[in-house]
Amino acid sequence: MSKNSLVSISDYSKEEILAILDSATGFEANPNRKTLDGKVVATLFFEPSTRTRLSFETAVIRLGGSIIGFSDAATSSSSKGETLNDTIHMVSCYADVIVMRHPLEGAARYAAEVSPVPIVNAGDGANQHPSQTLLDLYSIKKTQGTLENLNICLVGDLKYGRTVHSLIMAMSHFNPTFKFIAPEELKMPEEYKIFCRKHGIKYSEATELNNNFNDADILYMTRVQRERFQDLMEYERVKNVYTLKNKMLINSKLNLKILHPLPRVNEIDPDVDSNEKAYYFQQAQNGLYVRQAIISKVMGIKS
Amino acid sequence: MEKKLKVAALRNGTVIDHIPSDKLFKVVSILHLETSKNQITLANNLDSAKIGSKGLVKISDRALEEDETNKIALIAPNAKINIIREYEVVEKRPLVLPDEIREIAHCGNPNCITNHQPVTTRFFVIKEEGSMRLKCKYCEREMKFEEVKLK
Repeated sequence: MSKNSLVSISDYSKEEILAILDSATGFEANPNRKTLDGKVVATLFFEPSTRTRLSFETAVIRLGGSIIGFSDAATSSSSKGETLNDTIHMVSCYADVIVMRHPLEGAARYAAEVSPVPIVNAGDGANQHPSQTLLDLYSIKKTQGTLENLNICLVGDLKYGRTVHSLIMAMSHFNPTFKFIAPEELKMPEEYKIFCRKHGIKYSEATELNNNFNDADILYMTRVQRERFQDLMEYERVKNVYTLKNKMLINSKLNLKILHPLPRVNEIDPDVDSNEKAYYFQQAQNGLYVRQAIISKVMGIKS
Repeated sequence: MEKKLKVAALRNGTVIDHIPSDKLFKVVSILHLETSKNQITLANNLDSAKIGSKGLVKISDRALEEDETNKIALIAPNAKINIIREYEVVEKRPLVLPDEIREIAHCGNPNCITNHQPVTTRFFVIKEEGSMRLKCKYCEREMKFEEVKLK
């Protein structure tokens, strides 16, 4: 078992999180290096995620490493019934690190237990996606100059949205104040509110978006994901409940930045894109530098 | 008379008493008694002043380990466990909720890797705000004990 794996954001201490963000700043200034020369990185995508895969693969290529892997489980031996344990052992014979996306929750933790090489979790079902969380933190720090004492407004699907759950856990080191804006059906689950209370994090809840984020430093929008609903009528009721429009930003703070893990559907009107408070495309680009920092760290390469 | 004594009294072993009647067979299952070769006496629906109706387990010639008896705390936190030697109670074993439980339950999340691959289940026991919850080590989902399915 490799001890360097990154499965969940809670695997990293505050110091480790800050070190990753520092390292990513260095990669942003100078993304093209040869520190992975001669190394092989496997990208095992048991479910397709083009955006995340391209970001990881670009990170590896810009560090001079090589890539093996698959982008769809249908083309891998798991479609023949091979266990995840066997796939991981087989791939670890060839690769120095494994970046893995899997539709089942807990797959990354299990892979990290059985793998002789480090595992980087690129998403396990609705559970964790730590590189997304770290790029969110990087985007917050870069735009606000700090992670400490910020007002963060989380909007949309707070029930199933793994990015917001991980963000709460990661931000717990930095004394945030949260506002959770969600329709009744998609409210923040009790376990995360318990987490906030336990860590002394202030939070409030609302169901209305308009005029409810005027004191926010970060407005974090999320998509309502159709695939998470058992009841599609419920999905129809809530899918378009919040749409951020440019005119709603008039009374917002000057330093406000709007984040979104993308892809968006109707949550952000395209008329927001030209507002300088819109940051979601730069946020995606930041993912590249953060993933360079993550791969370097799990492989023990000093950046 | 002699026959009755054989069932009623235990020379050496473990007695688990005050098990709520509807939990008796869960206790049997959690301790894997169905595969045990020891002599085992089960009794159920006995009158109990405290809980109305109770179950009882006697296991001959085996003193349960603490990690085994602690599993019972998950199901029947008010059960009484006595270790017997030469017909005497030599230890009243307090029930302590374990910090972690292994193998004894299936994760309640159908999308958890442990329900699809041959993975030994592990749960962290979380005791906070007056309630007990289990957190799957793999899918990280928190659930009430009633939401997991005992193996």
